Amino acid sequence: MTTEHRQAAPPGTPGGAAPRLDKPPHGEAPAPDPKEARRQARRSRRYRWDIKYSPYGFIAPFFLFFAAFGLFPLLYTGWSSLHQVNLNNPNDLEWVGFENFTRLWDDEFFWNALANTFTIGIISTVPQLAMALGLAHLLNYRMRGSMFFRVAILTPYATSIAAATLVFVMLFGQGDYGVINWGLGLVGIDGVSWEAGDWSSQLAVSTIVIWRWTGYNTLIYLAAMQAIPNDLYESASLDGASRWQQFVHVTLPALRPTILFTVVVSTIGATQLFGEPMLFGGDESGGAQGQYQTLGLYMYETGWTNRHLGRAAAIAWTMFLLLIVIGLLYAFITRWVGRSTGEEE
Amino acid sequence: MAVKPYRTRTFRAQAPIPTCRNHPAGKATSVRQEDDHVMRNTPRTTLRSRRRAGRALAVGMAAVMSTALLGACSSDDDSDGDGGNGDEEITLRVGVFGQFGFEESGLYDEYMELNPHITIEQDSITDNGDYITQLRTRLSQNSGLLDIQAIEIGNIAEMTTELSDRWVDFNEYPDVDASHFVEWKNQQATDPDGRLIGLGTDIGPTGICYRTDFFEQAGLPTDRDEVTELFAGGWEDYLAVGDQFAAEGPEGVAFLDSAGGMFNAVVSGYEERYYNAEGEIAYEDTEAVATGWELATQAAEAGLSSGLEQFQPDWNQAMANGDFATLPSCPAWMLGYIQSQAGEGGEDVWDVAQSPVPSNWGGAFVGVPEAGENKDEAVALAAWLTAPEQLAKLFTERGSYPSSAEAQQLPEVLEATHDYFNDAPIGQIFSQAAADVPTTVIGPYDQQIQEGITDGLLALEQNDLSPDDAWDDVVSALDNAVAE
Repeated sequence: MTTEHRQAAPPGTPGGAAPRLDKPPHGEAPAPDPKEARRQARRSRRYRWDIKYSPYGFIAPFFLFFAAFGLFPLLYTGWSSLHQVNLNNPNDLEWVGFENFTRLWDDEFFWNALANTFTIGIISTVPQLAMALGLAHLLNYRMRGSMFFRVAILTPYATSIAAATLVFVMLFGQGDYGVINWGLGLVGIDGVSWEAGDWSSQLAVSTIVIWRWTGYNTLIYLAAMQAIPNDLYESASLDGASRWQQFVHVTLPALRPTILFTVVVSTIGATQLFGEPMLFGGDESGGAQGQYQTLGLYMYETGWTNRHLGRAAAIAWTMFLLLIVIGLLYAFITRWVGRSTGEEE
Repeated sequence: MAVKPYRTRTFRAQAPIPTCRNHPAGKATSVRQEDDHVMRNTPRTTLRSRRRAGRALAVGMAAVMSTALLGACSSDDDSDGDGGNGDEEITLRVGVFGQFGFEESGLYDEYMELNPHITIEQDSITDNGDYITQLRTRLSQNSGLLDIQAIEIGNIAEMTTELSDRWVDFNEYPDVDASHFVEWKNQQATDPDGRLIGLGTDIGPTGICYRTDFFEQAGLPTDRDEVTELFAGGWEDYLAVGDQFAAEGPEGVAFLDSAGGMFNAVVSGYEERYYNAEGEIAYEDTEAVATGWELATQAAEAGLSSGLEQFQPDWNQAMANGDFATLPSCPAWMLGYIQSQAGEGGEDVWDVAQSPVPSNWGGAFVGVPEAGENKDEAVALAAWLTAPEQLAKLFTERGSYPSSAEAQQLPEVLEATHDYFNDAPIGQIFSQAAADVPTTVIGPYDQQIQEGITDGLLALEQNDLSPDDAWDDVVSALDNAVAE
């Protein structure tokens, strides 16, 4: 920076991109007043600290709450799972090591619940996301009253789960008591005892989940679709692509990260499924033979009905570990999908 | 009767006097309400000093308000009128589940009128499953407990075994007289050390409820004495009538509601059912369970049962539609349930007869947690609420049959009839049944065992399991449920 350039191109507005004019050139600085320098140093140190540490201060409340209501329960549950604990006397812990975990290996009821959770998860998540994708695509068209439809599709999500499940219980009533069986009767099909069968009861529970969560996922997809630039569709249609081809070749690839997100969220939800089967059967046994008892229900039954808190804690931790494994699996798939299509993560 | 003194004790002469606003009584009342208000918004666990501060604040506020609003009123001896002499303003909180009946039949209001320094508040949780979960957690931590807590009979055993020390021993209060309760009720609430931790409210002596219209169509007698006679030989006779009903009765109407109901009716007629006298789990070996299972599976396999799960929506609907003709186990409280479910269509077609082997189904207790702040007053209230007169009122108003032998003999109980059930003399029917109820041994896992077996019967009915397979399932499920 030399004097010749001083006259040239002064900045138009203060704070512009050009260097400040009043700044003394390097090396020509007056001998610094030590007091002033100290003050400046202090100020700049404070400024540095502010930049460096303030963000931690701002997010600290969340982490404090997380530590109190997330991390501590997690660790305490882990500690309890290594003990024999009675719900009626939770401060009296008797060390049993990993027995609560190893016993799960031979626990037919645990495996039954795990299998149910898995099947209910599949038959609720897959149709749910497929339908959400289709609905989002439809809602993405220019149409009259689109706002109304968008709000309407979210109403199940906003409905109380207890109220909704009660309605479904009546729909899936046994014998002649349910609306669905009544409808089947009209077309000459014998009624199904929905709650009694393995598949029928799981289907019924899945229906509640699908009904409740499809709208939520639809809106997420819709938001992502609206972020897809319109020129992609324009050029696709110029190339003679049909609506369906546009959906498959433009919409779907652009939605890939969103779809992965919804899959992850739905999987977590499915693993923790509790309210729907609980209210469907009226208690935590998940049917007379546990035909729709999920892991969440089994944990609740073990801990709160049968009062074995240590065993319940072990089930809870197993569920947690299961979710971590699933999370890692998805992370791996994401990376793999990203690499195979040449996209950056 | 222990509670008499509390009923007749009068606090503060001014209470009953209706006065001009000028009278101290008017102000005293306003102080009380202010105090309630503060209490309601104050967590139970506050320190004594904070409570005192709250009280001072309340008194202060009341004083300010009364000065502002009722300028003419004098403000003399208010503050020294209610302090220090044991008549301190007290709020007692009662925790119950469902429609327990105390509040509904006006007992709290009555008590508050008799004891003006006491305010009663009730916390009700609809479902006992949720209620007991909360109660257990609070008992285990000894915090958050109300002054009085209701205990369902299915949970009383875990309270007397695992959590006994958390409850007040009513035997230690000379004013409490528990001798008027039926003996087995007291026994169930007594822990191994002889401490009495609960006072009985209601019990559920059983009859048999039946539909007179369906009985008529099947060519069976409809008069309740004749029906009682019909079943008098025992449960085999009852099932034999069922076979006759199935052959000649109306199409599409089952004889009884569920195999689980049948099992329940039979098994509760014995002293040892799920636990033996030593307090060990013994359901696999008792005569009660063997007989109950045998008769219930017999009923299911003969197609006598409608195969529904009791108290589920389908079962309620079947009751409303008239899809079954009898309830083999029909305790006093069930009458109200039938009335609410069957509605007008069921009026005068339902009736109730004597059970060949009466037993007890349901009922509850009230206990006072040790952690309460006003234990003495809470004990007095608990004793008053369960005194014969009050239990009789619970019966006449709410249909909960009294657990007090003395109350059972009161004329209003003994002579009670039920219009919905053809004016059945329910007072007589259930007092006779109550006299024959055995002293059943109950243990901490009673409820789980009962539900496990009922679930097994439901699986047998709905999924066509063989009785042996269903029983194996029951045993493995229960082994898992009770394993530490």
